[in-house]
Amino acid sequence: MADLSSQQGRWRDLDMLLARPGNIVSNGFEPSPTLREEIEEYVRVLVVGAGGLGCELLKDLALCGFKNIDVIDMDTIEVSNLNRQFLFRLQDVGKSKAEVAAKRVMERVSGVTIVPHFCRIEDKDIEFYSDFSIIVLGLDSIEARSYINSVACSFLEYDHDNNPVAETVKPMVDGGTEGFKGHARVILPGSTPCFECNIWLFPPQVKFPLCTLAETPRTAAHCIEYAHLIKWDEVHSGKPFDADDPEHMQWVYSEALKRAELFGITGVTYSLTQGVIKNIIPAIASTNAIVSAACALEALKIISGCSKTLSNYLTYNGLVGTHIKVTDFVKDKDCLVCGPGTLLEIEPSVTLYQFIEMLGKHPEILLSKPSVTHQGKNLYMQSPPILEEMTRSNLTLLMFDLLGKVSRDTLHVSGACEKNGKKVSCLRKLRVVFRGVGDGMTDMDTADRS
Amino acid sequence: MAAEPKTKYDRQLRIWGEQGQAALEKASICLLNCGPTGSEALKNLVLGGIGSITVVDGSKVETCDLGNNFMLDEQCLGQSRAKCVCSFLQELNDAVKAKFVEESPATLIDSNPSFFAQFTLVIATQLLENILLKLDRICRKANVILVVARSYGLSGLVRISVKEHNVIESKPDHFLDDLRLHNPWPELKEFSKSIDLSITDPVVHKHTPYIVILIRLAEKWADAHNGCLPSSRQEKKDFKDLIKAHMLNIDEENYKEAMEAAYKVSTVRGISSQISQIIEDTSIEVDSSSPDFWVLVAALKEFIENEGDGEPPLEGSIPDMTSLTEYYVSLQKIYQAKAESDCFAMERHVRNILKRIGREPDAISKAYIKTFCRNARKLTVCRYHTIEEELSSPNLPELQKYLTDEDYCFAAGFYILLRAVDRFASNYNRFPGIFDSELDEDMLRLKTIAFSIISDSGLHGSSLSEDLIHEMCRFGSAELHPVAAFIGGVASQEVIKLVTRQFVPMTGTFIFNGIDQKSQVLAL
Repeated sequence: MADLSSQQGRWRDLDMLLARPGNIVSNGFEPSPTLREEIEEYVRVLVVGAGGLGCELLKDLALCGFKNIDVIDMDTIEVSNLNRQFLFRLQDVGKSKAEVAAKRVMERVSGVTIVPHFCRIEDKDIEFYSDFSIIVLGLDSIEARSYINSVACSFLEYDHDNNPVAETVKPMVDGGTEGFKGHARVILPGSTPCFECNIWLFPPQVKFPLCTLAETPRTAAHCIEYAHLIKWDEVHSGKPFDADDPEHMQWVYSEALKRAELFGITGVTYSLTQGVIKNIIPAIASTNAIVSAACALEALKIISGCSKTLSNYLTYNGLVGTHIKVTDFVKDKDCLVCGPGTLLEIEPSVTLYQFIEMLGKHPEILLSKPSVTHQGKNLYMQSPPILEEMTRSNLTLLMFDLLGKVSRDTLHVSGACEKNGKKVSCLRKLRVVFRGVGDGMTDMDTADRS
Repeated sequence: MAAEPKTKYDRQLRIWGEQGQAALEKASICLLNCGPTGSEALKNLVLGGIGSITVVDGSKVETCDLGNNFMLDEQCLGQSRAKCVCSFLQELNDAVKAKFVEESPATLIDSNPSFFAQFTLVIATQLLENILLKLDRICRKANVILVVARSYGLSGLVRISVKEHNVIESKPDHFLDDLRLHNPWPELKEFSKSIDLSITDPVVHKHTPYIVILIRLAEKWADAHNGCLPSSRQEKKDFKDLIKAHMLNIDEENYKEAMEAAYKVSTVRGISSQISQIIEDTSIEVDSSSPDFWVLVAALKEFIENEGDGEPPLEGSIPDMTSLTEYYVSLQKIYQAKAESDCFAMERHVRNILKRIGREPDAISKAYIKTFCRNARKLTVCRYHTIEEELSSPNLPELQKYLTDEDYCFAAGFYILLRAVDRFASNYNRFPGIFDSELDEDMLRLKTIAFSIISDSGLHGSSLSEDLIHEMCRFGSAELHPVAAFIGGVASQEVIKLVTRQFVPMTGTFIFNGIDQKSQVLAL
């Protein structure tokens, strides 16, 4: 068992930053020889993903002094991972990424505890995520990021002045890579943009029009997608296509070749076939190392305050030289995920029917025929007819009762509103506060708003 | 049980291909100092299948290494650091040949400079300036590429030093396609004429490729404008209207594509300034010792002046566009045929030049010439100052600009301070801020040194933030793992580009700024 002095010796370099005062640091930074120990004892980090970014993140975070790390990943190890996911060896193929990664890092960095979770991120309940001081993402999909973002932002509360309540802010650091390019961003819900605020940053995925695939193919990719999306069902009706089954892949490849030959198109290879169908993103160790390092450094700075924080989005491009750009994006104040939502003060005696009428007249909301949901449950749906019928009886009930007799809560409403002269469907987040109920606050200055 | 290389390296083969991979597997890399910066750089290369690595480090593993180097654990304490890092790396990829030399790089540089000649590339990490200068001279003489990498607290540096590095396959992200709509050759014109733009069949009308539409309409325009193509803003707008007028209805994707691509007919004939500079470079006066690259450039110049009529060889591929399959395939064949005939002409020039300079006429393969032709518009020549040149006469106006620019000032400040800490080290035999008790005095000493570097450089009135100097002192030369991993990542990526000869390496000094992450490449 290492004694204190050798522990200090071990972390000599890190302690330069944590134990010494500095002039370019975050507000509230309290340098101290025990800061690292406090981090070790009280801070829990969640790493989402144990792949290209995840492996690097676990190493980097462990060597930043974090002692309590959890890692979640539903995938198993494949041979094509081995060119960059350095915690895995050939004999690990088929095993859980999270479990092997955790084991390997614990073997090398003594004292760190890494708890693996071999499951989907949706399989954990909200309480699981609330235990972490910071969440670091090494994901490869928009959907997964969106999900974690909505979970982290769901903890966020705002005070009467529309400012985020510090204790409810769950910081996230998100990284992503593709070939020689990548990004790292800091998300402080309520202050910086959340993932949804800036979702337009991710370009939409290319989908070939069906008529091109069916009538006028021109490229090898068209022939491949024809075989994959059209021909497969024609021949194997009912049987789902499995991209991980080499026989299925081989079938698609030979059909694609046939089609290409028919149309005089060149370039169909097995490698391209895999790439198109699985949407394979080229990946190398160096880009993952760079982006993860940036993310881990930000996590260290956010938790300790030992320097300034990235504000707030870094893009990395190594194709021509090394190009790094930092952009300070502004959050969307109307964001449905991290925004406070429009504040609505109502009497506890208001019925759902009356509430819906108010929405149509409210100057900020102006939704016609709004439907109302609360924590995923439909309170009243305007359509389709069967849902309307099912929820109609709620209209005469009191809002106070429907929301579970709490003094305030968040609702979502959807309906039609006007944008640029066109009628579009809108989703709005609302904060409902019942006058005179509960937590002893004075509502004087908010009285005008509803 | 070895993993089939094709599958293991699949994700990177999709980036640099078989040839790039082969180049990596032939390369031999020497690493000086295997602290976390060097170790992380090497890790990325080993994972990628680099041919061989030789780790040079004279130190023994100490407790503080366990806090920042993933490759070392308790069992390594007291052992050779080079040996331990080497054995960890070997485990990552048994195809890589890993060796180590237990000696301090500074000693090796002095006692055995010829040691370095055997390597493709040397990665020098955490070396002091005066030692680096010696190493740079040795590597230049032996024609070995040098990559310098350094981590220092929340700052760091990566730079390349080699006389010249030429890139044929620069593979830039968004490069304009080579359609020659402004200057179609006879076969392309003929094909375009063979298609009736006003055909009544709606399917054919909306599947006429935009290449054809633009060539025909450009000709129509030129006929009405004295042979000139649209060039002024108004003319370009009018040209787009002309295209629109040929649309039968608004869902004709091909016409929409034509309007979006309309600017391509206004391309100015000739070659870019970058290529122009390359073909006018003194290196095209080739002789038997000239690298193949310059022989090819000399041939390119002859081609441009003759068969090319001012333009380089045709690239040969066309982007996807809405079209009937048969039209598209025909167009592809027409472009490929012209590219092939241009390549054939280039080949003749290459063979003639080779004969002229006394080399075998088929010393350069047809395949290589073909790759050169396809990439002729994207050639890049990188030349680097020696480290001594940069330090003794940096680009002052640039440095001045950097020091005062909001986005660059921390990076520029770190650049000066990294030099300052080395000078501090040679004066006081240690780095500033190592001891808590001397922090305040070191701050003043460092400040004095930093300001004298600035004034010695010839910069007048440039100030350096006192807070930044204080931070540099605070760092106490710490080698933090995330910073080392970042620097190692950047260094390894440059090595890959240099070894595969694909993609363009950085041309400047990269300064890492871990405070606000505004890292920059300084062109000094």
